[in-house]
Amino acid sequence: MDISLQSIEYRYQANTPFERLAIKDVSIEIPTGTYMALIGHTGSGKSTVLQHLNALLLPTEGTVVIGDHKVKAKQKNKNLRQIRQKVGIVFQFPEHQLFEETVEKDIIFGPMNFGVSEADAKERARLALQQVGLSKEILEKSPFDLSGGQMRRVAIAGVLAMEPDCLVLDEPTAGLDPRGRKEIMDMFYSLHKERNLSTILVTHSMEDAAKYADQIVIMQQGHVVKQGTPIEIFSSVSELVEMGLDVPEVVRFQRSIEEKLGVKLGATYLSIEELSSAVTELLRGAPV
Amino acid sequence: MRDSIVSLKNVSFQYENQPSYALQDVSFDIHEGEWLAIVGHNGSGKSTTAKLLNGLQFPQNGEIIVCGIKLTEESIWEIRKKLGMVFQNPDNQFVGTTVQDDVAFGLENHGIPRDDMILRVEDSLKKVKMDHFLNQEPHHLSGGQKQRVAIAGVLALRPSIIILDEATSMLDPKGRGEVLETVRTLKEEKSLTVISITHDLEEAAKADRIIVMNQGKVYREGSPEEIFSMDDELIHLGLDIPFSIKMSNAFREKGIDLSKHYLSEEELVNELWTFRSKV
Repeated sequence: MDISLQSIEYRYQANTPFERLAIKDVSIEIPTGTYMALIGHTGSGKSTVLQHLNALLLPTEGTVVIGDHKVKAKQKNKNLRQIRQKVGIVFQFPEHQLFEETVEKDIIFGPMNFGVSEADAKERARLALQQVGLSKEILEKSPFDLSGGQMRRVAIAGVLAMEPDCLVLDEPTAGLDPRGRKEIMDMFYSLHKERNLSTILVTHSMEDAAKYADQIVIMQQGHVVKQGTPIEIFSSVSELVEMGLDVPEVVRFQRSIEEKLGVKLGATYLSIEELSSAVTELLRGAPV
Repeated sequence: MRDSIVSLKNVSFQYENQPSYALQDVSFDIHEGEWLAIVGHNGSGKSTTAKLLNGLQFPQNGEIIVCGIKLTEESIWEIRKKLGMVFQNPDNQFVGTTVQDDVAFGLENHGIPRDDMILRVEDSLKKVKMDHFLNQEPHHLSGGQKQRVAIAGVLALRPSIIILDEATSMLDPKGRGEVLETVRTLKEEKSLTVISITHDLEEAAKADRIIVMNQGKVYREGSPEEIFSMDDELIHLGLDIPFSIKMSNAFREKGIDLSKHYLSEEELVNELWTFRSKV
């Protein structure tokens, strides 16, 4: 499902004394199958953009195209329900949204709300639990008796059970231990590939952006300031640093080694493996 | 060896309705003035340890001594003056409607006289560089600023020990930097003892000592160098190793004979440079 944001603007509390411009002239193309990382400081407008992706917010200017649906500013928009079914958002700390008596009831709530039969929804719940790496024994447990990590997975299963075409992930691993973080990120990545999803990841982790995304969008003060592949983005380190953003550790390390040795490696490397090979060759005196 | 300021002796704890112990026969000491990082996977018992240390929960077995006082239901108020805690979620720990009210809250609870309170509030907000925000409402602050106010709230009680319970995990890199820098400066100035419960291994690498918890037990304790030389063993425990060590390992695999495990990138770059000059 292609998503396209066309020169959108959003003002919070428009036409009141509290009016505040959050994003302006934001254009982003997300063709089917894209894995996009959205990066920026707190307050840069990332979350506002994110909420346009399933019409939780409607633009005050511009047009949002989500698959076959168009959401235009200043028009009455119908069929928002269908959009919300197609785009699943995993919010920050999604476990705070768990509310049902049992894990199963919690997961089937979303699909049933959109008209899926109870039997089908239960089937989906089983599958979704498996995808997030939990066993079906916990279906009958209260979600509130689970550990934090398990609760996070149940909440994610609730989104997966909607079978969305597009997944929007807002810092999905915050607070998890390193293994949990890796498992969840790898799980999203394999779903992304298997189902040819469009995935939009909002993150502070440049490591994850470099590792998983095909496209990176950087936002600052409500605008898109840079857009490109990870290699393109991380090739201009000084620009990122000026914006007060981090660069991946590998990129930073490449920079310091280039400075110390007084050489320039031929390319920007995004993995430890590639960078260590390039540097090893350099040390052995091979031409770079 | 420095004096021990906190000691846990054979402490066990089990949450209600849970089949297994969250902590089992845990003993360790925390030395005065050190920065101790406690790391471990989710559910390893790190946060339970923190909750026991300031009497949010009580152990079923064993005893905890803080600044020479045995922790009991009677002594918790005394102990909480000495040991302040900063929690994970900056939004969950604001009780006041303004920054200064929030910092004053703990002091009011401890019955500090008003004149003294005003001084302490200003003083502690100055220490975390939030004294320009006295009458701001908390929701106008960034995550890092909120956590700094939370730290000021703790400092106002003039504790000897500060516990950070994943206090930076919800912050962006900038906020995280601000908070850690603030605590580091305070530790030097006031010779605080810092206990940091964290998943951030880059942060743990800068601690004086690390305790690794696994399944409710102390799995290993040592200096950052000792702990991070465990390599793959840490990954088995659900943890990770810092970037500079991963990088060193990759070089070693490629036949570059590095002399040690590097915890800082700078040192690693320097050694690689010496290799260059040998060629």
